[in-house]
Amino acid sequence: MALLQISEPGLSTAPHQHRLAVGIDLGTTNSLVATVRNGVAVVLNDAHGHGLLPSVVRFHKDGTTTVGIAAQAQAADDPHNTIISAKRFMGRGIKDIPDAATMPYQFVDAPGMVQIKTVAGVKSPVEVSAEILKTLKARAEASLGGDLVGAVITVPAYFDDAQRQATKDAAKVAGINVLRLLNEPTAAAIAYGLDNASEGIYAVYDLGGGTFDISILKLTKGVFEVLATNGDSALGGDDFDRRIYCWILEKAGLHAIDDHDKTLLMARAREAKETLSEHAQAKITAVLTSGEVVDQSLSEDGFNEMTASLVNKTLAPCRKALRDAGLDASEVKGVVMVGGSTRVPRIQAAVGEFFGQTPLTNLDPDKVVALGAAIQANVLAGNKSGDDWLLLDVVPLSLGLETMGGLTEKIIPRNATIPTARAQEFTTYKDGQTAMSIHVVQGERELVSDCRSLARFELRGIPPMVAGAARIRVTFQVDADGLLSVTAREMGTGVESHIAVKPSYGLTDDEVATMLRDSYAHAQDDMTARNLAEARVDGQRLLEATEAALAENGEALLSPAERAVVEKQIADLRTVLQGGDLAAVKRATEALNHGTVEFAARRMDISVRKALTGHRLDELEI
Amino acid sequence: MSLDFNRNHFDLFGLPQAFALDTARLDQAYRDIQAEIHPDRFAHAGESEQRLAMQWATKVNEAYQTLKKPFERARYLLSLNGVDAMDARNTSMPADFLMLQMEWREALEQARAGKNEKTLRALEQTLQEQARGMRAELGVLLDEQRAYARAGDTLRKLRFMDKLLEEVGAAYESLD
Repeated sequence: MALLQISEPGLSTAPHQHRLAVGIDLGTTNSLVATVRNGVAVVLNDAHGHGLLPSVVRFHKDGTTTVGIAAQAQAADDPHNTIISAKRFMGRGIKDIPDAATMPYQFVDAPGMVQIKTVAGVKSPVEVSAEILKTLKARAEASLGGDLVGAVITVPAYFDDAQRQATKDAAKVAGINVLRLLNEPTAAAIAYGLDNASEGIYAVYDLGGGTFDISILKLTKGVFEVLATNGDSALGGDDFDRRIYCWILEKAGLHAIDDHDKTLLMARAREAKETLSEHAQAKITAVLTSGEVVDQSLSEDGFNEMTASLVNKTLAPCRKALRDAGLDASEVKGVVMVGGSTRVPRIQAAVGEFFGQTPLTNLDPDKVVALGAAIQANVLAGNKSGDDWLLLDVVPLSLGLETMGGLTEKIIPRNATIPTARAQEFTTYKDGQTAMSIHVVQGERELVSDCRSLARFELRGIPPMVAGAARIRVTFQVDADGLLSVTAREMGTGVESHIAVKPSYGLTDDEVATMLRDSYAHAQDDMTARNLAEARVDGQRLLEATEAALAENGEALLSPAERAVVEKQIADLRTVLQGGDLAAVKRATEALNHGTVEFAARRMDISVRKALTGHRLDELEI
Repeated sequence: MSLDFNRNHFDLFGLPQAFALDTARLDQAYRDIQAEIHPDRFAHAGESEQRLAMQWATKVNEAYQTLKKPFERARYLLSLNGVDAMDARNTSMPADFLMLQMEWREALEQARAGKNEKTLRALEQTLQEQARGMRAELGVLLDEQRAYARAGDTLRKLRFMDKLLEEVGAAYESLD
């Protein structure tokens, strides 16, 4: 008879422990958090049973905030301090926000990203988003009964590097470990594809509150390969609302209205749009500050007419994406509709006409992204081996450098599968030139001024040579989150300069740290305790990963002496994890990380060999 | 015992070093390797493994993209044989091909100016046919005759074709 082991109470059952991980859809209009529970992806509701959290944050004088439904309800009463659709400002300068004048906010034109003046001080869109993320994190932890190991956060596929970086910064400020930034249409494809065991070419048409994405994917035996993506990161349901809003103003003959009325009528416009998804007619009534009453009626036809150009604006990216994928619309097997705005009947009709088929709407367009993100988070956290499926995503916009004459030299083309790296060599144009300034841009246009400027940095210390003699190799690396880092190196002398692309359009690490401090100054949460908790989670994760690795092939890959060293580092880490010394935890984690570099390299070799042998065996069978 | 990270792209996928390619086998090998080394497989692993996974996946993506595209594959094969086909100093082009190029460019300009989708489509077909012929020629020169210098000449022509086809693509977009 086999003896079964029973663990002592309080001891962790590490290898089989379910790690709490969530998927977060950080939307322009609404945000959601979802998780995989008993093998099924579910949206987590708040205490009142609401799944959608309106992406609305109200800042109060005392530094506290109200987030979600309550903030939305108060928006018209406190328009300057209640931030709606902050996602539209992420990673954006003031000049990138064309309708800024019609918004009630007091924008501050800060270098890099626009900021907003509130009673609680000047706030960055990153801080606004962090408040939403914190609310969702608290909801998840209350619902799941423990600390989160990490989260997959979704971003529009067409988000550029600055917008992605801003999203990751917001997660950092909210104290969330980002397992992966995942493109929204890809997340939807996971939820849809795994649900329906689909094969073939699929298009995901994702019209959110403030962004539009189209992704073309190939699904083969559990591999989700993004072939091409396109879109417009400043086009969404908000624009449809705005058309109605302008129509109301025009019809009522209103000119100078105050911010209360602006916010109120925008809300009425959104409601009218929602009504028109179900009915042929929508009533719009509102009482303005002046006492004046707005009482109008909008027909579906009228709405369709005023928004026809917006619908058309989404079809050009569809054409481009198909072209980039080298496909014809007739080769697409299914079109998945994502985002609340795709409920508009005219949009469904236009998309159906374009692809020559009825779009798929069987999954809730508001929830499908969060559900897909939760499924991915569950795999990334290590709860489930992802052996049965794999995601291969792409860079949405070309990445390049400014060259002579203000022209762009593309280094990484759009739709390159990530992670990816590409290098290009440049030379000096003046005799004795000892420095070179490097300007990193993103976009498809030829002129640098038409592309997004991501960062500028300088490579110094080039030995003086005649013009054209120096060889400067600039390498772009895009990681699995779609984030770029750039290195420049003079090949003769090895002078090197490295940046993660942040300076001109992102926040510096110091700024993030300051925001993090500020955000906890007003919470009960103690910053030191939080830091310790996060370091412990990191350490614990590494401990478990290393133990699992040792169990798998420690015997085969390490000599007894090597193994003893790693075991000692594990024991040290385990000891300090029990205590409360932050520095010691960090030190021991770092030591174990460092001590397993060679082991990791050998394990990776095994993985590659395994893959190779796998298909060599297939060849033998042929 | 470490695997050579710089091993050649054909070896990486277990394919014969040739221009003729079994694309189904390439696709399968690519997916098999990604399934083992993609960073998503190591998201819960230690830092070192995460970094290595990114490096490997980057390398495998590069190798795949190089072999998948006929132009890049030919260029890579030539480089393995010590020929830098795209050396900036080598710009010679036969006169008859230069003439053809001018004709095609004119046709493209006219189609663009007249916003004529039909002529654009006809031009695209002609160009694609020409490019197909050049790719077939590359196969013979590289795999059968091992005439690398002449293959380099054909590859430079093919590059012109690819660039022109890209411009045709841009012209389509300007029709929107």
